[in-house]
Amino acid sequence: MDYSNLRRQAASLKKGLFDQGHLDEQFRQVEDLQDEASPNFVEEVVVVFFKDSGRLISNLEQALEKYPRDFNRWDAYMQQLKGSCSSIGASRMKNECMSFRDNCGQRSVEGCMGSLQKLKREHAILRQKLESYFQVTLEAPPCQSWCHDRWIISINLLTDVCMFTMQLLRQVGPAGAATRPAM
Amino acid sequence: VLAVDDSSVDRAVISGILRSSKFRVTAVDSGKRALELLGSEANVSMIITDYWMPEMTGYELLKKVKGSSKLREIPVVIMSSENVPTRINRCLEEGAEDFLLKPVQPSDVSRLCSTYIPVSVSWISIQ
Repeated sequence: MDYSNLRRQAASLKKGLFDQGHLDEQFRQVEDLQDEASPNFVEEVVVVFFKDSGRLISNLEQALEKYPRDFNRWDAYMQQLKGSCSSIGASRMKNECMSFRDNCGQRSVEGCMGSLQKLKREHAILRQKLESYFQVTLEAPPCQSWCHDRWIISINLLTDVCMFTMQLLRQVGPAGAATRPAM
Repeated sequence: VLAVDDSSVDRAVISGILRSSKFRVTAVDSGKRALELLGSEANVSMIITDYWMPEMTGYELLKKVKGSSKLREIPVVIMSSENVPTRINRCLEEGAEDFLLKPVQPSDVSRLCSTYIPVSVSWISIQ
């Protein structure tokens, strides 16, 4: 399997997420927490995020229906969601959360509804893009490529050591033989 | 370290930050559960808690900890996504060691932990 091609694809997908503003620097902070002890940390956090955000959006939609014009309640739900978006670096979603809260402050039902629709769209887009990204990284896991590269380096080093040793033995050989004790 | 946050995402991130810094972490989702744990767990070196939580805020948890002869020596750090000076001052006056703005950075947590607790072998219990 061509891991280098897959890694390039993963890098391109990730770059797109940042360039298009879906993710910000906070996502990199989360990525930096991933290590050999927690090799799937980022994906686990992302799964938790989408489960949590899906629930909050659903709760908010129910609240919009059940508690009309209760801007304080709507704002409280959105504050929670905004917090989660900030923690994971979901930048465009966070911006829509802020827009919704602004509309709550202006007591605009239409504005809130519009912001919510945009938020749901961003939520779906981010989910789809991150799923694609993780699918590719799963096929070309960084750990495997690291092991592959390290194996190549080890072989090269061993070869170099053998060559050096052989050269040394050729040089030392006659002198070494002269110093051997007589049988 | 006892991490208290009603947000599952924030619990995961703060636990990850603490784990990567080689600290032993327990994460709970409410002030009530934090107090239950503090009643049974003898070895809590620091509490890091969100401010806004339903039923019991981080401030209320702070007051209970600092009001307890058994718990008052435990350093408490408050986290919040909102930069409200009156809120920050109120927490610091009540005895909080520090106040962090969310999203929390690994460098903030490392600084606090290195000030208040030694490095220990890491394990995580997330509730």
